Amino acid sequence: MVEARNLMYMFYGFLAAWLIVIFYVVMIAMREKRLHDELDRVRRMVEEREKR
Amino acid sequence: MRLKVIYALSLIASVLLAFNLYKVFMVLPDEVNQGAIYRIIYIHVPSAITCFTCFFTAMVSSALYLIRKDMRFDAVAAASSEVGLVFATVVLVTGSIWARIIWGIWWTWDPRLTSMFVCWLLYAGYLMLRRAIDEPGQRARLAAVLSIFAFTDVIIVWKSIEWWRTEHPGPVLSIRNGGGMSPGMEAPIWWNYLALVMIATVLIMVRMRQEDLRREIDSLRRWAHAL
Repeated sequence: MVEARNLMYMFYGFLAAWLIVIFYVVMIAMREKRLHDELDRVRRMVEEREKR
Repeated sequence: MRLKVIYALSLIASVLLAFNLYKVFMVLPDEVNQGAIYRIIYIHVPSAITCFTCFFTAMVSSALYLIRKDMRFDAVAAASSEVGLVFATVVLVTGSIWARIIWGIWWTWDPRLTSMFVCWLLYAGYLMLRRAIDEPGQRARLAAVLSIFAFTDVIIVWKSIEWWRTEHPGPVLSIRNGGGMSPGMEAPIWWNYLALVMIATVLIMVRMRQEDLRREIDSLRRWAHAL
């Protein structure tokens, strides 16, 4: 019983660690996409203003 | 070139981690007193040393920024602090899960745990400060000062188990006085540390590229407003 609880918590520990890292990786991937979108938008804005 | 380094480091880190996990779960025996739960040490301690490595990098980069006023150092400091904070979160969460089994509680205000929590708060505050200031020069200067100040807490976390009597176990690694872990059980900690440092390096490189993009966007915005 104690051994099963030990194993379960060990599993939770490793799972939590990898979930935190994966969550961060997803977060920076989303940020990367947002930054590229923003860069395209600002570039278009500069081009439009230069044409005027 | 940067992309190739990112892919190569990711691949090596993945292979190393898979090998380490196999060794930790399939080869190493249970610890006599703690049973299977002691294996959390193989993620808890390497994450702690990785986060301290990131914070050390941030401190050195911040000092270099203050000396040379080069924004690249500010980007390294920002990226290292953010990645270090991720590993600090892993340390706190895995430590708490381990404590639930060994001490019967999730948390106690012990000097090691409290100083680590303060460390987490300081670097979270560092990232919030960066978001709160718009002017890049002022943001980099103030953030650099805070980063250098915050690193003093990393030293307190490291030394806390020697300075105070704590619930947290004393030194176990052979690099420290009093560390008595057997070499066979200690080796996977260092291999995992190597793999996590590679992952941290990859994440820092990606974050630095994002800082470059952010600077490009800011300068284009200023140019657009000037037109």
